[in-house]
Amino acid sequence: MLRWLIGGGREPQGLAEKSPLQTIGEEQTQNPYTELLVLKAHHDIVRFLVQLDDYRFASAGDDGVVVVWNAQTGEKLLELNGHTQKITALITFPCLEGCDEKSQLILTASADKTVIISLNLEEREIAIVWNCDTGRQVQKVSCFQSTVKCLTVLQRLDIWLSGGNDLCVWNRKLDLLCKTSHLSDTGISALIEIPKNCVVAAVGKELIIFRLVVPTEGSLEWDILEVKRLLDHQDNILSLANVNDLSFVTGSHVGELIIWDILDWTVQACERNFWDPSPQVDTQQEIKLCQKPNDISIHHFTWDEENVFAAVGRGLYVYNLQMKRVIACQKTAHDSSVLHVAKLPNRQLISCSEDGSVRIWELREKQQLAAEPVPTGFFNMWGFGKTNKQASQPVKKQQENVTSCLLELVGDLIGHSSSVEMFLYFEDHGLVTCSADHLIILWKNGERESRLRSLKLFQKLEENGDLYLAV
Amino acid sequence: MISAPDVVAFTKEDEYEEEPYNEPALPEEYSVPLFPFASQGANPWSKLSGAKFSRDFILISEFSEQVGPQPLLTIPNDTKVFGTFDLNYFSLRIMSVDYQASFVGHPPGSAYPKLNFVEDSKVVLGDSKEGAFAYVHHLTLYDLEARGFVRPFCMAYISADQHKIMQQFQELSAEFSKASECLKTGNRKAFAGELEKKLKDLDYTRTVLHTETEIQKKANDKGFYSSQAIEKANELASVEKSIIEHQDLLKQIRSYPYRKLKGFDLCSGEMEHTQDQPDQAATTSNPDEYTNTDLYTCRPTYTPKLIKAKSTKCFDKKLKTLEELCDTEYFTQTLAQLSHIEHMFRGDLCYLLTSQIDRALLKQQHITNFLFEDFVEVDDSVVEKQESVCPKPSQHRPPSRSLEECPIPQVLISVGSYKSSVESVLIKMDQELGDEEYKEVEVTELSSFDPQENLDYLDMDMKGSISSGESIEVLGTEKSTSVLSKSDSQASLTVSLSPQVVRSKAVSHRTISEDSIEVLSTCPSEALIPDDFKASYPSAINEEESYADDSEGAIHFQASISPPELGEAEEGSLENTLSQTDSCCIGKENDSLRMPLSSPVHPHTDEDAVVSVPPQRYRQKEQEFHVDFAVENVNPSRDNISEGFPVYELDPRHLLASRDVSKTSLDNYSDTTSFVGSVASTSSDRTPSAYPAGPSSERHKKRAGQNALKFIRQYPFAHPAIYSLLSGRTLVVLGEDETIVRKLVTALSIFVPNYSRCAKPVKHWVSSPLHIMDFQKWKLIGLQRVVSPASAGTLHALSRYSRYTSILDLDNKTLRCPLYRGTLVPRLADHRTQIKRGSTYYLHIQSMLTQLCSKAFLYTFCHHLHLPAHDKETEELVASRQASFLKLNLGLVNEDVKVVQYLAELLKLYYMQESPGTSHPMLRFDYVPSFLYKI
Repeated sequence: MLRWLIGGGREPQGLAEKSPLQTIGEEQTQNPYTELLVLKAHHDIVRFLVQLDDYRFASAGDDGVVVVWNAQTGEKLLELNGHTQKITALITFPCLEGCDEKSQLILTASADKTVIISLNLEEREIAIVWNCDTGRQVQKVSCFQSTVKCLTVLQRLDIWLSGGNDLCVWNRKLDLLCKTSHLSDTGISALIEIPKNCVVAAVGKELIIFRLVVPTEGSLEWDILEVKRLLDHQDNILSLANVNDLSFVTGSHVGELIIWDILDWTVQACERNFWDPSPQVDTQQEIKLCQKPNDISIHHFTWDEENVFAAVGRGLYVYNLQMKRVIACQKTAHDSSVLHVAKLPNRQLISCSEDGSVRIWELREKQQLAAEPVPTGFFNMWGFGKTNKQASQPVKKQQENVTSCLLELVGDLIGHSSSVEMFLYFEDHGLVTCSADHLIILWKNGERESRLRSLKLFQKLEENGDLYLAV
Repeated sequence: MISAPDVVAFTKEDEYEEEPYNEPALPEEYSVPLFPFASQGANPWSKLSGAKFSRDFILISEFSEQVGPQPLLTIPNDTKVFGTFDLNYFSLRIMSVDYQASFVGHPPGSAYPKLNFVEDSKVVLGDSKEGAFAYVHHLTLYDLEARGFVRPFCMAYISADQHKIMQQFQELSAEFSKASECLKTGNRKAFAGELEKKLKDLDYTRTVLHTETEIQKKANDKGFYSSQAIEKANELASVEKSIIEHQDLLKQIRSYPYRKLKGFDLCSGEMEHTQDQPDQAATTSNPDEYTNTDLYTCRPTYTPKLIKAKSTKCFDKKLKTLEELCDTEYFTQTLAQLSHIEHMFRGDLCYLLTSQIDRALLKQQHITNFLFEDFVEVDDSVVEKQESVCPKPSQHRPPSRSLEECPIPQVLISVGSYKSSVESVLIKMDQELGDEEYKEVEVTELSSFDPQENLDYLDMDMKGSISSGESIEVLGTEKSTSVLSKSDSQASLTVSLSPQVVRSKAVSHRTISEDSIEVLSTCPSEALIPDDFKASYPSAINEEESYADDSEGAIHFQASISPPELGEAEEGSLENTLSQTDSCCIGKENDSLRMPLSSPVHPHTDEDAVVSVPPQRYRQKEQEFHVDFAVENVNPSRDNISEGFPVYELDPRHLLASRDVSKTSLDNYSDTTSFVGSVASTSSDRTPSAYPAGPSSERHKKRAGQNALKFIRQYPFAHPAIYSLLSGRTLVVLGEDETIVRKLVTALSIFVPNYSRCAKPVKHWVSSPLHIMDFQKWKLIGLQRVVSPASAGTLHALSRYSRYTSILDLDNKTLRCPLYRGTLVPRLADHRTQIKRGSTYYLHIQSMLTQLCSKAFLYTFCHHLHLPAHDKETEELVASRQASFLKLNLGLVNEDVKVVQYLAELLKLYYMQESPGTSHPMLRFDYVPSFLYKI
């Protein structure tokens, strides 16, 4: 918050030095977002964004409204009203392979204990049940005992699952296929699909693996069976994500990051010492003082082939899957908790935070020993076959000095006046951020937009027959 | 009285250029000494010695059947304007040329009086002695009590500059037609109402007479009728006849609007409520009037009166005022329209023409002009205003439309008009014939003319006009122009040929006499006019001066002074009423007393008046003298009213009352002369307040220009601030004092490019913390600095969004904004500029910005700059081509490029916008460091 007072990084150098927060001045040559468009349609916190296709996205939030936008023009395409309370989950339900690919459904779950399937903006619809107009609410299910906190779609089977205090399996027509017994009062906080018709649900501190019994010739019944409970986390699991074909990753409130084998559900690697006071932290008294459990909770993951990027408290960590250790980190990437991170194709990482800013990072190879090396204390690794932490440490340190990377701040986007809940990256249209200030901002590459506008201009001129080409 | 009128030939201005200053040889005795300083290149705007008035004004005169031509009122109603100019004399002249055979009465072959719906005539007159030139618009209004039911009036635009009237003839004609139409519409309504009342009276009289006759019949059992009875019977018969006549008249007058005004649905609804209005107005202004006239009753429910058999003699009765004739509402509208005209044509001809050209040119730049110009909406709003002020005329205006559209050579006009004056049949309107039919008849008649014959005809007439001492040449009547413009298209060859022929002939015949009415064509020939005739107009500079030094104080002063004025108005009118009732006892001629009230423009040089004045007038002279100054005193507020067009304030009752006030208040002054002096000084101070600061008025521009100039001189960092505005970076003007902030924001808003035609993205005053939306919406924001801790949020937001804004702190005199190193803004805003006046500076900015716009236009619409020449061309190449174009072809340096790029983006958006003004464009910004500037 203090930084807001100061303004850009240009002014008081003293303060900037004191703060461990990396700042960037007003000159951001690598920041491509030089145009923004504020979209206003919501009346409460906007929490979810979901991409529908190349140019559309939907937003939802606490006002219970789903709005479909054109990411290119910022035009509001649809407003879907149906929920009476805040929306707790939003997911798209792509249709089957054979279908017209334009018929896409949006599933929304709300605190009013209903799930609504909305049809989004289709001209034609193949289905029989819901003959569609644009944005019509197709069906509504309200036989839930509890709020649905997460939704997942198993496209392969053309079913979807809802996670509340229990786990329900539904088909496209909103028939309840099967459900589990009551799992816990806290409910399922996250749900992902893993191979072999299994799903992983994060329930409190536990990870529960369920297996779906698909109807075969023998039995026509769907069923869902609890296969295994994993109890390795010491605190509530906040985030759960598939990383690749081999593993999935979980993060907990106390900063434990565990990489699991996706097939046999065993721990591949664990990184649980984000909160450990490292030698370096001594020089940074402030952090230590204000370090609360909250500061190391892992809110969100993103990943690519090599790395898992974790939003840990206010910081960002890059965990290399091969080396099974953190290769780069930014302990205070933001002023407050980082809520969402995403990896862009061009080695850039974007993070958004409760402090209302969005930051763009670039992962760079460290040339030499960096000024701020990754503290060894953070790499208290143990995995398979690693029994002696103490012994392995010096070796690690050496390795790290050679291979460590650096997360460099290349730009920040300041527009929201409150916590930025989520963002969505469009390859062609830029970045969409949603925030607790009820706004959605479309960030665009100004140069590209300018070019596009020129093209459009000449198109229009041509249409009007006003274009005369010089001979 | 009226000697040979001299005719100025009709030539076109461009022909003059072929043979510049080919001064025609004048007869020695007629030549007038040239303007003494003309040769030395004296200030062309300096007041011409000939003109006795300081600036143009509008005069309304009437040819009264009782006193002859007399001036009624002037606009602006300010004795200073016309000074010593003899209005009576001039009225005489302008009314003398009223040719229109407004013959009403019993035409041969018709049993009942016929009304003629006479078209207005439009004439340009010159008076060399007075140094005055006038566009004169004659019109006829109906009055049941008047001779032949008609009252001839005229409205004249009087200027010292002949060219101005000539060149603006079409505009003047169009505008005055509106005013005239307004008056006539009101008049028709009033006349119809009057007729209805009269009919009721007659009806009542008939019943009374009837019963009386019956009684007499009964009383008289003998076989013969007494003389009394016969008299009664005769009376009855005459009443019957009168009823029929009046019914016929009513039918006629009613037939007019329904025939002519199609789609004029206001009629029925408005009829009811407007009918009562003149009565009410009359009540407040002259309550005593009803004592003499039976016809006037102030009650809405009309009780018929008995009409005496003998009608009063024409000189005994009091003629209705113009306001009574035209229905107060319409009269008010007309006044508003006239003051609009006065305003519209205010200033030097040069200025008028330039601004007209300016407007025309700007209209051509329809793609870029939305960026900085607001004239388009001004123009529209003016039109709208006019329509709202006077909506009726525009719908059923006379067929002079074509006159505006195609400027036709004036020869033909004169031919036509002459023709019409000779054959008065053409002018008169046959009642049975519809208007349209009638015109067609005329057209065919004219088009059958042989062109050559036409010209000969003209030539002959001109000779004739010189030889005859009494004749009055009337040119350019509306009817004939409209007709001829039609024939123009048919015989275009004749048209192009004719002017020259005529001119050559006219030259030889031209005479100037000291005491003559010059009837001029609508198109001047400078070659034919001696220098001293080229009256110039001083207002171009004077006006500026008077407006330049105004301050906020003026408005406050105005505001504080008006309420008491209004309060006194009541007293004044009361007092006035008393004095009037007193004078009423003296005789029937309260008319003379009414004169100064209804027409306060009477010059105090009554001795010269041609119009015979009733003797009472001289007795009242002292009072009248006061009135003249009183008018001057009232002027500022009056000016204010007329210029701002608040119709409610234009109520003549109010005006009338305020005149009375000043009259009474003036009586308190013993020393009138000193008072005049003080009035003169204060009124000049007060005139500025005349203009309510409308968003895009001329005055607003002046003020903005001046404040901008002040800003540039005062702050050394004006350049980066202006650069911020031009490049679309929001400038936040931070300050504690609202008026100062607002003032500066207004001044700087002239640099802010618009998104679309809708509104400027300028927010004058905000006190809440700014939001990202504000930067998207507004490009210039006045922000309140609050000292309380509550303002912390405001400052937080400001520093948080500092990358999108430049912050001009007025309290600390600092500016935080990006660096500017271009060359554009220094030219635009040079603090050492020699420009001193706000309006001049505004014009300078306008021209610079127009230049900039054209650059942006070029950049935006250059095809090869934005599209790759072939498929393989990379974006970088295109970009570099753009950069080099901006730099080399457009000569832009450093940050100037960004200005043009920003404008180009706006142009693109504007061009592609489907429905303009619906959405706000995106916020564009750059990641550039800001710097803090201090004084």
